[in-house]
Amino acid sequence: MEIFVQQMFNGLTIGSVYALVALGLTLVYGILHIPNFAHGALYMMGGYITLTMMTNFGLNYWLAILVSILGVGLIGVLMERLVFHPLRHAPPIHDKIAAIGILLFLEAFAQYVWGADYQTMPSPYDQVVHLFGLTFTMQRLLIIVFAIAVMILLYVFLKKTFTGATIIAMSQDREGANLVGINTNRTAMLTFLISGGLASIACSLAAPINLVFPGMGQLVILKAFVIIILGGMGSIPGAILGGYILGFSESLGATYISNDYKDIIAFVLLVIILSVKPTGLFAKGGH
Amino acid sequence: MAKILKQRNIISLLILIAIVFPFLTKNEYFIHVMTLSFIWMIGVYGLNLLAGYTGYLSLAHAGFFAIGAYSLGILTVKSEMNFWLAFLLSLLITGILGFLIGLIALRTKEHFFAIYTLCVGYIIYLVIDKWDSLTEGVRGLIGIPAPGKVGPVNFEEPLSQYYLVLFFLLVTVLVVYRIIHSLSGRTYIAIRNSEDLALTIGISTMKNKLSVFVLSTIFAGLSGALYASFIRFIGPDIGQISVTFDLLTYLLVGGIGTLSGPIVGTVLIVWLSQELQFLQDYRMLIFGPVLTLLVIFYPSGIVGALTGWKHKRDEKRKPQVARASSMAFGKSQVTVEKPVKEG
Repeated sequence: MEIFVQQMFNGLTIGSVYALVALGLTLVYGILHIPNFAHGALYMMGGYITLTMMTNFGLNYWLAILVSILGVGLIGVLMERLVFHPLRHAPPIHDKIAAIGILLFLEAFAQYVWGADYQTMPSPYDQVVHLFGLTFTMQRLLIIVFAIAVMILLYVFLKKTFTGATIIAMSQDREGANLVGINTNRTAMLTFLISGGLASIACSLAAPINLVFPGMGQLVILKAFVIIILGGMGSIPGAILGGYILGFSESLGATYISNDYKDIIAFVLLVIILSVKPTGLFAKGGH
Repeated sequence: MAKILKQRNIISLLILIAIVFPFLTKNEYFIHVMTLSFIWMIGVYGLNLLAGYTGYLSLAHAGFFAIGAYSLGILTVKSEMNFWLAFLLSLLITGILGFLIGLIALRTKEHFFAIYTLCVGYIIYLVIDKWDSLTEGVRGLIGIPAPGKVGPVNFEEPLSQYYLVLFFLLVTVLVVYRIIHSLSGRTYIAIRNSEDLALTIGISTMKNKLSVFVLSTIFAGLSGALYASFIRFIGPDIGQISVTFDLLTYLLVGGIGTLSGPIVGTVLIVWLSQELQFLQDYRMLIFGPVLTLLVIFYPSGIVGALTGWKHKRDEKRKPQVARASSMAFGKSQVTVEKPVKEG
């Protein structure tokens, strides 16, 4: 029983990270209908920027995260401006290839600048806490609390502010949003900024319990795709729910099925879902 | 008529160059690199049939490449089967697996298809990596035999292997050429341009998509099997997603949806990579942006840009000539915008 609860807690931790990454992916998909394959590279860049800020510039963990959010957000905006905006009328296959190009570039860039080695990110919160007979590190607790806070903030931003509403409007109908006077270009850039920021937060939070290396985004982005298909492409509550579902199934699967194959769970899940429902769960509209 | 003759001349000239290439350069390393690029070309042709002509971007092709390579490796090393029998069987295995995966994968469309195949590719890689008892896991398979004798010809030497691979490449090009210029080829292009429209005029899209998917995986498998017998050692990393991205880069640079694109792109990039060896892992610093810029500015690659330029020139000369001949290639792809609505 104790193992079970401990694993549920781990699932909550991983799930929070997945949910944050999937949220960024789903926001971009919602407004531009681009599956952003480069999102994993943004995640990776977030980790490296935070790490560099902490080790080379001696910044405080939180300040480093802030710099990283801005930095990765900027990369996101540049991506939208320089790549996806010119491609907005191109056939869908082109967006995907362009995103893959960016992904390859960013990974090679990270390897060039920071080297291919695995690096550890020191965390100021590595104390061990005992609570209700369970042991966990502060960092894991922090991931959960911070991630949930970010999600609530995002939700309030999207639902209660005017700028947030423009994003929702644009995801519902781009032309309609344009007609009522929303600057769709600015909204697209803003969405990429938020998406990059979320990826950066997710990575900066998860990095102290994992490692930082150029390929760290690959698996995460694949899983994020599984999540947004699970939760419905473009759906925000779906991304959060899907993130936690995947987090739980992975940490339980690792304990009760096989640690070797835990990464495969997500993909098998996806293959099953798409085999049964080719347009994903919770997809709107018919064929 | 004169144009066809000219085209034929160019093709025969290219084949001739490929045949005499080993005699022009005595450098064994160059022959090695050329053989490798021929092997990649076969895989790129497979990807081109599916992504270029049918419009379905499959990101699982490294997986099928690995299936072909591992089938050959396991059958020859572990079961000690006759090489050519194992070779045929490995194509068959890849085709059957491709059929089964295609059956499900092709129910999805566009983004879902890309994501689905991405995940399938990753599953194939993970299975190869973790299934120690069958694939030897991370240690890889060592000692795969060179292609067996055919009559008096022995394929142990690099030179004879070069010609063997060239032979398979020519067969591949011929098959792809015949398909593209047949009714099936037109059907695939119709599916690419608008699947709903193709369905409306009575094309069985699923049947056609499945056949092109299987064919495309068989080419990937063929390329993998040749790779295994040429390098003689395979590890799980040949199934990694980065291999798919490499194939995609070759295809994009040469020209997606063009017949000669895979050759141009592969030769160019493989030789460039050789020249840029000092860059090693950083070559993607250049090729990544090149891929993105190409898609933005020259979506049909070098070959597409050249044919586009030629058509323009011809049109200027003879403005009354019908533009029918330019219909088949990339141009129509650019102008047709499909509404990206799910459902």
